[in-house]
Amino acid sequence: MELNRYQQEAFSYQRPFLEKFGSKTVIWSLFFLGWISVGAYALYLQITKGHSITGMRDNVVWGLYIVNFIFFIGLSYAGSIIAGLLHLFKVPWGKPIVRLAQMMTIISVIVGPIFILLCVGRFDRLHHLFIYPRIQSPLTWDVLAILTYFVGSALFLYMALIKDFAVYRDAKLNIPKWKQKLYKFLATGCRGVASQKRHLILSQNLLAIILIPLSIMVSSILSWIFGMTLRPGWHSTIFGPYFVLGALYSGCGALIVIMWVYRVRYKMQQYFTDKHFVYLGYSMMVLAAGYGYFTFSEYFTSWFGSAKWDSEVINKLFSPKEYGWWTLFANAAGILLPIVIVAIPATRKRNWITFAAFVMVMALWVKRYLIIVPTLETPALPMEDTRIAYVKYSATWPEWALTFAGVATFLLFFTLMSRFITVVPVSDLEDPALHPPFPHSRKPIQELTQPA
Amino acid sequence: MNSEINQDNSRRDFLKTAAVATLATAACAGIACSCSPKKAAVPQKVKLLSPEGEIVEIDSAYLNYQEHMAIVSKLEAREGIAGKRFVMVVDLARCKNARKCISACQKWHYRPEETEWLTVKLMKDSDKGAPYWFPKQCFHCDNPPCVKVCPVDATFKRQDGLVLIDNDRCIGCKFCMAACPYSTRVFNWDEPKVPEDLRELAANPETNIPARVGTVEKCDFCPDRARDGLLPPCVEACPNGVFYFGDENEDTVTNGDETISFTQLIKDRAGYQFMEELGTKPRVYYLPPKDRQFPVERGYENLPDKIKPRFKEIMESIPGKSGI
Ligand code: SF4
Ligand code: SF4
Repeated sequence: MELNRYQQEAFSYQRPFLEKFGSKTVIWSLFFLGWISVGAYALYLQITKGHSITGMRDNVVWGLYIVNFIFFIGLSYAGSIIAGLLHLFKVPWGKPIVRLAQMMTIISVIVGPIFILLCVGRFDRLHHLFIYPRIQSPLTWDVLAILTYFVGSALFLYMALIKDFAVYRDAKLNIPKWKQKLYKFLATGCRGVASQKRHLILSQNLLAIILIPLSIMVSSILSWIFGMTLRPGWHSTIFGPYFVLGALYSGCGALIVIMWVYRVRYKMQQYFTDKHFVYLGYSMMVLAAGYGYFTFSEYFTSWFGSAKWDSEVINKLFSPKEYGWWTLFANAAGILLPIVIVAIPATRKRNWITFAAFVMVMALWVKRYLIIVPTLETPALPMEDTRIAYVKYSATWPEWALTFAGVATFLLFFTLMSRFITVVPVSDLEDPALHPPFPHSRKPIQELTQPA
Repeated sequence: MNSEINQDNSRRDFLKTAAVATLATAACAGIACSCSPKKAAVPQKVKLLSPEGEIVEIDSAYLNYQEHMAIVSKLEAREGIAGKRFVMVVDLARCKNARKCISACQKWHYRPEETEWLTVKLMKDSDKGAPYWFPKQCFHCDNPPCVKVCPVDATFKRQDGLVLIDNDRCIGCKFCMAACPYSTRVFNWDEPKVPEDLRELAANPETNIPARVGTVEKCDFCPDRARDGLLPPCVEACPNGVFYFGDENEDTVTNGDETISFTQLIKDRAGYQFMEELGTKPRVYYLPPKDRQFPVERGYENLPDKIKPRFKEIMESIPGKSGI
C-alpha cells in the first residue's frame, strides 16, 4: 500500500498502539473485566435463583435491561447513520472520525442485544425465535432487523478497514506471528491498485446507501415494540421518528465523548480537532431542537387531550412526588443544556461541548427509563389488590451490576479494538490543508495542525 | 407374576407417554363428552396411537386416567374444540367478593398464593359512583393484543375462541404481558412449586400443568374440563352464581344452577364488554351492577387481612358511609 505524507504520518503516530498494549491499557482492561465479573456473578444469581431477584414483576415486566437495550441499540444506529452520511457526502473533515462512529456502531450492536438475553425468562429457548418464527410480531421484526443491521454494519466497517489492514500487513510491525497472519488474511490481498480501490469505494458507497435507511427502519421497528401495544405513553404514531431522532441524538453525543477520550488518552488532538467538536456540536444542537420538538408534541398532545389513561401517565411523569424531577432532568439536561452550550460562543468550546454531550447522553438514558417504566406502572385496572411491589418498579443491585457490566463491556471492546486497528483511518486520510481545521478560527492553520 | 407387573407397568407407562387417548378423545371432542376414558367402566377395547405412530388396541380397563393429564395432543390443543365458541358472562350485581372462585381456581391449577389467574378488583367508575366488586380473568379476546405480539406463536387463538399458552414454547419475553391491556398475564419469576406427581406430566396448552419457570401463564377457561363436560372451577365454586359459562354457538350459558340464553341475558341485562373501546373484542361479558344483592362492604370483610388497608381509601369514599 502506498501512503502519502499525511497518511504516513498518521500511521507512524498510531503504530505503537498496534504494537504493544501498554500498562495503562492493561490496568483499564482489568478494571473493566472486574466490573464485568461482578455482572457475571449477578447473572449467575439471576440464573440460579430466578428472575425474582430483579425488580421486575407482573406489572412492570421490563426494567433496566430494556432501557439499556434501547440505549445501546440507539448508539449503534446513530453510528452508522453518521458514518454513512460522512462517507456518502465525502465530508473532508469527517475522514478521521468515521472509524470511531463505525466502532461505536458495531460494539453497541453487540452489547445492546445482550440485555435482551438478560431480560427474557428462558434464554435457553432463544432458538425458538428461528424454529417457530411468527412474522406478525414486532419482536420478530426486531430480531430480523438487528441481525441484518449487524451484518451490514460489520461489512461497512470491514470494507473501510481492508486498505488499512494492507497497511498494517506491509508495515513490518513488531507483533506476534499470528497477528501478522491475521492482518494478512484480513487484507485479502489488497495492494492498493486502482481497480481494488474502486471496488472498495463502490462497495462502501453501496453499504452506506443501504445502511442509512436501514438504521432508520430498524430504529423505528425498535420503537414499535412499544408503539404497537395499546399502552398510554407508548401507543403513539410519533414513536418511530421519535426513536430515530433519539438514537441519532444520543449517538452524536456519545461520539463527541468518545472523541474527547481518545484525544486525551491517545493525544490525538491532531486528528480530533476543535473543528470536529464544534461541527458535531452543531449537529447535536440541531438534533436537540428536533428531539425537544418531538418530546413536546408527545407530552403536549396527551396532556391536552387528557384521556383518562393517558393523563395518568402524564401526571406520573410530571408529579414531583413521582417522576417529576427525573422528567425535569431528562429534558433540561437532555435538550436545553446542549442547545445553550453550543449556542453561546463562549461555551462553544471542546470541553464544554463534551461536558454537555456527556450529561445529555446520561439524560437520554434517563429519558428511556421514563419511556419504559412509568407506562408499565400505569395499568388500566386498579391495582389495590396486587402486591405493591408488583406495581412499583425499583431496580435491584443485580440489575445495576449488569448495567455497569454492559457499560464496562462497551468500554473494554473499545480499548481492545483500538489496539487492533488504528482509530484514525490511515489509508483514507486526506491532506488536512484541503480542509482547514477550523475556518472560523483566528489562529493560524499550522498551529492547529501541528502534531503534539 | 413379576412379568405381569412389569407388563402392567410398561403398559401404564406407555399410556402415559402416549398422551392418553389421543385418538379416543378425538372421537368425542365436545363439551358434554360422555365417552371420556375416565368413565369407561365396562371393559372394552379402545384404539390408541402409539408413539411410533402405530394404532394399537388396548383394554380400556388399563386406561389410567389422571387428572390434569392432557387428553389431546398439542396439535389438537392448538386447534380447539370444533363447533364451539366459549363465552363467559359475569353478573356484577351478585358479586360480594366471596373469593371462592379465586381459591377454586388456584387449587385446580396448583397456583401458589401470590399468582392469581383470577382476581377480584374493586372498581369505582366515577367520583359519585358506588364501588363494586369486579371479578376479572382472561377475556379470551377475539382480537387479542397478546397473541399479535408473541414472536414464537407460544400464545395463540383457537377456533373455539380460547387464547392459550404453550409453556413449552414460550421464551419468556413478556411482550404479551406488556401488550395485554387488562393485566391478565402472570409470569413465573421463580421455579414454580408443583406437586411431585404432576411434575412429569407432558406440557400441554390445555392444562398448563406443570407450570414452568420463566414462562407466562394465565386463565385458560379450563378447556380440559370442558372436554370432560365440566364447568370451570370458578363457575362451580361461586356461591352466588356470578359466572355464567357456555357456548355462543349454542346460545346457552350456565352458572351451574340455571341455564339460559346468552343473547337474551345480554339483551335483558344490558351486558357489556370491559374496555371494549380498545378493539380487543373480549369474550367475557359483564352485566352491570344494578340492583346489587350485597352491600359492597360485605366483600371488604372477605379480603385477606394483609391487603385490606389498600382498599381503605376507596371504601371510605362510599356515599353515606363513614368509613370502615
Ligand atoms: S385479556 Fe389479555 S391475555 Fe386475555 S386474550 Fe385479552 S389481551 Fe390476551
Ligand atoms: S412471553 Fe411467551 S407467550 Fe408471551 S409473547 Fe413472549 S414468548 Fe409469547
